[in-house]
Amino acid sequence: MAEKKDDEKQRKKFTTVSIPTPLFRKVEERIKDTGFTSVSSYVTYVLREIVAEGEKEEEEHPFSEEDEERVKERLRRLGYLE
Amino acid sequence: MINLSLKASEKERIIDQAKELPQIELRSDLVNDVENIANGVFSPLEGFFNNEDLELCLFEKRLSNDFPWTIPIILDISEERSKEIQEDDEIILHNKNGLLAVMKVDEKYKYDKQKLAQYVFGTTETNHPGVARVFTLGDVLIGGRIGLVNETKRQYEQYNLKPIETRILFKEKGWRTVVGFQTRNPPHIGHEYVQKTALTFTDGIFINPVIGKKKIGDFRDDVILASYEELMKHYYLKERAVMSILNFDMRYAGPREAIFHAIVRKNFGCSHIIIGRDHAGVGNYYDPYAAQDIFEEFPDLGIFPIFFKAFFYCKRCGGVANEKTCPHSETDHISFSGSKIRKLICDKKLPPEEIMRPEVAKLIICEENPFVSE
Ligand SMILES: [Zn+2]
Repeated sequence: MAEKKDDEKQRKKFTTVSIPTPLFRKVEERIKDTGFTSVSSYVTYVLREIVAEGEKEEEEHPFSEEDEERVKERLRRLGYLE
Repeated sequence: MINLSLKASEKERIIDQAKELPQIELRSDLVNDVENIANGVFSPLEGFFNNEDLELCLFEKRLSNDFPWTIPIILDISEERSKEIQEDDEIILHNKNGLLAVMKVDEKYKYDKQKLAQYVFGTTETNHPGVARVFTLGDVLIGGRIGLVNETKRQYEQYNLKPIETRILFKEKGWRTVVGFQTRNPPHIGHEYVQKTALTFTDGIFINPVIGKKKIGDFRDDVILASYEELMKHYYLKERAVMSILNFDMRYAGPREAIFHAIVRKNFGCSHIIIGRDHAGVGNYYDPYAAQDIFEEFPDLGIFPIFFKAFFYCKRCGGVANEKTCPHSETDHISFSGSKIRKLICDKKLPPEEIMRPEVAKLIICEENPFVSE
């Protein structure tokens, strides 16, 4: 009983995306004998990989100059920086 | 970078109003969680889990924003206490010394401890220390964003670096790749071997001992730190190794905790993390390499695991080796068994140099009792 409820909750977290049928078949072929159990799980995996790459590039310079000076001062005091 | 420390004006308002707001005194593990959230150690979290995050974390190993997350970060209270707290309330979180943080209660909810234990630890056996801990928690959870008012004064201030500090430090050192090493023991030669092997391929190593609640018989925190200081002084280049601590109570969740450890080290600015055999495991609850296999589920983790197999000292190879590098038989091997090292230390005998650096061994042996005793 509890398991069924969990399944329902999980299902609500998914939505549908369309991809061309020939591509779908190609992917289906490709994931045979891999750990992927469905085209959806494969597509999810690949998308997460690509989206994460993009996010990494966005966070290049995350701190302000004042923060940097304040932090460097503490790091010097603690002996981490000369 | 997540920074949930309140601005001066907001801090003043909270201090003024604090007396009229509901108050909760936190256990030390929750104090750690609050500060880890506030300082970005647990980025992208900005507060304690609401029910949606908890369920997704359990079932999908992710947060509601799809970010990988494997260990619930929850604030538990008793049923009794929960009656005084309503959703949308601002509440005050205390540590031992006073006002720590404010939290805007987004949700108050019940949860199933059996289910939580089963998903996180893969078992509901209370012999498992992580499971046992779950069953001591309060029956109600409150989720919501936090704002840090006062930082807790910490015992090892010089080793308490925040993610913004380690990131700037790594940048100043010119490290483009940094490998993180998780530990809760003084270093033996095997640890040094994995660290230096990883360091061969990266610009720097970040040694990050976990400091938190310990089991009786674990090494004392000060002994772990001092032994690493000694090792680093004699055997590491100062410009290539940094040590700082993680204030966190181990959950012993094996594979799930390995992912969590990786996320935390990424937040500190590491590009890589060392994952050994039975990482964050306890007893025989996990397959020894489950903590490595689980990484396949997360193409978007943002940090690369470096996997190590079991290793040993081989007398014929004349150094540390593993099953991939050494063709000799087991009779030539000396294992780095933790219990063996512990026994030698208890008997005040120096572990052999193949097992532990003499400087480190001497330091530990000089302690009357290097272990947690109560
Ligand atoms: Zn050998």
